[in-house]
Amino acid sequence: MSVAFWALAVLAVAAGVTVFVVDSMARATFALLASLLAVGGTFLLIDLRYLGVLIVLMMVMEMMIMAVFMIMYMMNPAGLMPMKMVHNNRVAAIIAGTVFVLLAAGTLFTPWPAAKERPGGDPTHALGLSIMGPKMLVMMVIGVAILATMISTVVLATHKGRYDR
Amino acid sequence: MTLQGFLLLAAALFAVGLYGALSQQSIVMLMMGLELMINGLIVAGGAFWYYLAPQNADGQVLVLVAVTVMALEMAVGFAVVTAIFRARDVDTTDDAGDLKE
Repeated sequence: MSVAFWALAVLAVAAGVTVFVVDSMARATFALLASLLAVGGTFLLIDLRYLGVLIVLMMVMEMMIMAVFMIMYMMNPAGLMPMKMVHNNRVAAIIAGTVFVLLAAGTLFTPWPAAKERPGGDPTHALGLSIMGPKMLVMMVIGVAILATMISTVVLATHKGRYDR
Repeated sequence: MTLQGFLLLAAALFAVGLYGALSQQSIVMLMMGLELMINGLIVAGGAFWYYLAPQNADGQVLVLVAVTVMALEMAVGFAVVTAIFRARDVDTTDDAGDLKE
C-alpha cells in the first residue's frame, strides 16, 4: 500500500513537472493526464473507489478535449524545435519553491489529530446519502454552475452574438 | 501512507501548478498550471476525509466540487481563449494586457 502510494505520488509530481518541460503542448496535455490519473490511483488506495474512478473517467475525457484545443492553439507542432514560452521564470520558480516549503513545513510541524477509525459501510453510500440529503444545496449549485458555464462558453465562443447579425 | 504523505503530495502538486500558472506565457499552458493546483486541492481534500473526518461525507463532497471546478475552469478558459484569439489574434498572456493601461 505504502509503496504503491509513494510510487503514484512520485509519478503524479514527475508528470506535473513534465507538463512544463516538454516542448510540445500535446505532450504536455498527456503528461497532465498522467498526473491526474496518478491522483485518481491514490484515491483508490484510501477507499474512495467512486471518486477515484470518477476522477479517472472525467479527466480522460477532459484531457481528450484539451488535447484538441492544445493542437488548435499550438505554436510548436509536435515539439520539433526546442522552445520555451515563459516570463518571470526565476521569480515564478522562487515563489513556487517558497510556497512548497511553507506548505510542507505546515504539513510536517502541525500536530494533526490521530487518524480516526472509519465507521464501517461504503463511503460511496455515505456520499450519496449526503448529497441527496444535507449537502443537496451543494449539488444544486453545481448543477446551476454547469448550466451557466454551458451558456457562457457558447456565448463566448460563437462568432457573433445572437442579436449581432 | 500517512496524512503527511498525502499533504506533501498535495503541496508539491500545488507548487508545480503555481510555477506554471505564474511563468507560462501561453494562456492554455497557464490553464494547465491551474489544473495542477486544483489537482493538489483534490488530493488534500480526499486525505482529510480519510484520516481526519471519515464519519461524514463532507470531504468527499468537497472533492466533488473541486473536480467540477476543474472541468468548468477548463471550459470557460478555452471559451475565453477562443474569444480573445478571434477578436485579436492573441494567445499569450503578455499580449492580453489591456487592463494594465
